[in-house]
Amino acid sequence: MNLGTRKILDRSFTVVGITSIMLMATALLVVVVPIFTGGIGAIYFEGTIEHRKLQYNEFGKGDRGAIERQIAETEPYRNEVFRILDAFGDEMETMEPGEKRNYLSKYKKVRKMLSRLLGPLPGDQKPILLRYQYGSTRWEKAEELLHDLMFVTKWDYSNPDEMAKRYFVPRADEFAGTALASLFLYLENNLEKMLLPERTFYWGFLTDRSLDAHIFGGIWAEIQGTFFLAVGAMLFAFPLGVIAAIYFTEYARDNFFTSILRSANSTLAGVPSIVFGLFGLAFFINTIKVSDSKSVLAGSLTLAIMILPTIIRAAEEAILAVPKTYKEASLALGSTKWRTIVTVILPAALPGIITGGIISLGRAAGETAPIIFTAAVSVGATIGLADVFTMPTPALSWNIYNLASEHEAANEIRHVQYGMVLALISIVLLLNLSAILLRARISKKLKG
Amino acid sequence: MQMTVEEKDTDKVASKSGATRDIFLPPERQRVRDGGNPHVMAKNFSIFYGDFEAVKKVSADILSKYVTAIIGPSGCGKSTFLRAINRMNDLIPSCYTTGTLMFDGEDIYGRYTDEVQLRKKIGMVFQKPNPFPKSIFDNIAYGPRLHGVKDKKVLEEIVEKSLRKAALWDEVKDRMERNALGLSGGQQQRLCVARTLAVGPEILLLDEPTSALDPKATAKIEDLIEELRGSYTILIVTHNMQQASRVSDYTMFYYEGDLVEYAPTKQLFTNPRDQVTEDYITGRFS
Repeated sequence: MNLGTRKILDRSFTVVGITSIMLMATALLVVVVPIFTGGIGAIYFEGTIEHRKLQYNEFGKGDRGAIERQIAETEPYRNEVFRILDAFGDEMETMEPGEKRNYLSKYKKVRKMLSRLLGPLPGDQKPILLRYQYGSTRWEKAEELLHDLMFVTKWDYSNPDEMAKRYFVPRADEFAGTALASLFLYLENNLEKMLLPERTFYWGFLTDRSLDAHIFGGIWAEIQGTFFLAVGAMLFAFPLGVIAAIYFTEYARDNFFTSILRSANSTLAGVPSIVFGLFGLAFFINTIKVSDSKSVLAGSLTLAIMILPTIIRAAEEAILAVPKTYKEASLALGSTKWRTIVTVILPAALPGIITGGIISLGRAAGETAPIIFTAAVSVGATIGLADVFTMPTPALSWNIYNLASEHEAANEIRHVQYGMVLALISIVLLLNLSAILLRARISKKLKG
Repeated sequence: MQMTVEEKDTDKVASKSGATRDIFLPPERQRVRDGGNPHVMAKNFSIFYGDFEAVKKVSADILSKYVTAIIGPSGCGKSTFLRAINRMNDLIPSCYTTGTLMFDGEDIYGRYTDEVQLRKKIGMVFQKPNPFPKSIFDNIAYGPRLHGVKDKKVLEEIVEKSLRKAALWDEVKDRMERNALGLSGGQQQRLCVARTLAVGPEILLLDEPTSALDPKATAKIEDLIEELRGSYTILIVTHNMQQASRVSDYTMFYYEGDLVEYAPTKQLFTNPRDQVTEDYITGRFS
């Protein structure tokens, strides 16, 4: 090949390489940016007076005096709304029965939406579910609700060849000529004064328990569950994995038995995680009964089996990368094999072993399938350390799926879903970052 | 020299070396300083890697407190022989030996021989300086700690003594806590010698200790061997014939697994009995 062709080939490969890396970076941005912006919304948002009221009542957070002052500030505007409602109620009493029936359902709808916006209306019974006991806690949700209240959504089916078109009709038209007609304009102009939105940093999202199935509150139970599961898995898998790696590299001879063990290890690494989940259910819970039902312990054991091959592989590579000369030097000084492993080989292999361990920890934290059958519950209380042997726990990975697909109000808690995803990604990234830093630190210490 | 002559000579050697395989005791054995005890005795000692016989039926005595150099072309079995003395070849699964190799009246490959205790008495320094990635102090103290020395004072004493013996003390005394990998190659190699001395061995095996070093560092190692002469039995494998003639009292010449000639260094280099030896030391092959 002549020089010109070679140079052109080199250059074109560089272009191809850079293009593929750019593509990956773009894909990463496309994934990460919405997660980040959406997730931040769970912590930083415009919170209304209802949010502050909820925080004070349920978690005892906030300044009571200030909240009461603000509630008093909103009272006049809210009272005006209630006055209009009452006036319309009185007006309905004077109507013909047919006309009254006509208005009643529409009026009920308005009341319902108003109670979602401002909290229970005077004269209503105290709702049982917590989600109906407070109005809209987030300003952007309040604005959406206001829009729904102002306009009736209708669909235009007139053109059979096209999909139906959506259009809005002012709700005020339905009540034209009645006392209620003035309500809508009043609401639009004064909603801000009734809810008093403020920029809020809600750090409690990370440290509060969830209320009423994540409608309010935070994700502490999930974070803690993820932590328990991942750390528990490491407690089992890390020592076992390192011991197995030492056996493979230092003790095992090349025979049939060892090669079977090695291929078993590789096979284990390739098994789909859902299979581990089913195995965990069948073996840990049904067969050896580590717990009566789902528990953190069973989940940790299942995750441990899943990450074991990775840890073994990483530790094996790390041990094999230790220069043979260290081992020779130690043995020549009259050291036993085991002393050599403990005092020379393992310390030198430590960066690699720890890196493998922490990356596995990140994987254990993020896996969903193995814990579905063995440890995870959708909505659960925060459990204590003593309960890990018997109790299941919510966990980030599983609850992300659950909130997005199976929650009855999935559409209203998008911010919680994004918040959970961001929390999980942050945890995994932090773990990986700490692995990199730890590795650099130990390597530097070893190199002198 | 003519090509034909060389070929003829080699043929002659093959038959000749067979004859010299029997126990060979250097003539000056009477002059051995501590009474003339051979420290290591090989009798019909062979080393195999699987089917390959790397060292063939060697019989020789290595004399106590002398420096013995082992020379020979690459792959002649000289390193294999050296590593057999403290059983470092055990690390190679396919390696086994026949014949006997005795150390102080004990069979090195005996069934009840504890190779860990053996290596304590027979220290080894390797081709490439291989300090542990630990501090200088911990490197030297590694051996004594291994053998049960815990007292910090005693350890410090041993470390200082060993470093002084290895002529490294003055260079490192102010930075004992620094990582040993920060030292220069020559310093690292002397550190390895000091580390070996700290265990208190009787024999020092040096496996091409200067092949990775520059001339200046090499000179220092040679000075060090000169210092240690008389206190330890030293075996040194070297590719460098000048080095062998400079530092050793006796020289062994290996060729293709055979111990071809074993004689006082002066005699071997000035008046070799064997033609192959002569060809080798005059640089006709290497």
